[in-house]
Amino acid sequence: MHDKNEMLLEFESKSQNESFARTVVAAFAAQLDPTIEELADIKTAVSEAVTNSIIHGYADKPGIIKMHCILENNEIMVEIIDEGVGIENVAKAMEPLYTSRPELERSGMGFSFMEAFMDSLEVKSEPGKGTTVIMRKKIGKSRRT
Amino acid sequence: MHNGTQKGNKNSSKEDAIYEVYQRCLIIKPGAELDHHNALKIREEADKLIERKNIKHIIFDFTGTSFMDSAGIGVIMGRYRKVIFIGGKIAVANVNMAVDRILRISGLYKIVERFDNVEAAIKSLLG
Repeated sequence: MHDKNEMLLEFESKSQNESFARTVVAAFAAQLDPTIEELADIKTAVSEAVTNSIIHGYADKPGIIKMHCILENNEIMVEIIDEGVGIENVAKAMEPLYTSRPELERSGMGFSFMEAFMDSLEVKSEPGKGTTVIMRKKIGKSRRT
Repeated sequence: MHNGTQKGNKNSSKEDAIYEVYQRCLIIKPGAELDHHNALKIREEADKLIERKNIKHIIFDFTGTSFMDSAGIGVIMGRYRKVIFIGGKIAVANVNMAVDRILRISGLYKIVERFDNVEAAIKSLLG
């Protein structure tokens, strides 16, 4: 696929929307003809980012999460945007096994999974303003000639 | 919706999980997707059973699970911390490719053993 395609989705910060966001990103990414494994990678990464917005960004309070996706040149870009509390120390938050909410039995692997399953991960955050996670992944690496 | 009458135990609301107790083993069969949304419910129900039924070992049966993220890792690690003090173990069974990748990348196989099916896990755990 060489044409650029773009979409923007807004949904409430509710845990039942985690599976909704995964389903939507998978349906959109399907245009790049990904393998089952690539699709699973994208779904897992989106699930982690959206869950972070719900339990950390909005701390289970009402809020709006945006999912912005661009498909271009066999690459998917996914942006998960919240206007929640933001992250004081992004480097600390990204440390494997670190969690600010151990009482929720968070494994502290969210960012590690995003990094492992996508090609690149960028986290922009400002306390009091919100957090934006930008992830990119090339699709069909193994098939391309 | 779909899992109406499974053996004995309450399989509370729709997709979260089905629970079965065999001697001191608790078998947890998560639904199609194990994310943060249903992890909270599984944790609550599992801990109730662990206490009431004097559970020592836990087997996660992933037969019907096609998606799991780090919330699933949290559920397994949380239950591990509960039973480890009484010499209990955690096993996983019927692990498909998607769940296996998550378990591998998270390093969870260092603390849980994988079996082909629930019967093999029970046999090993109960000796």
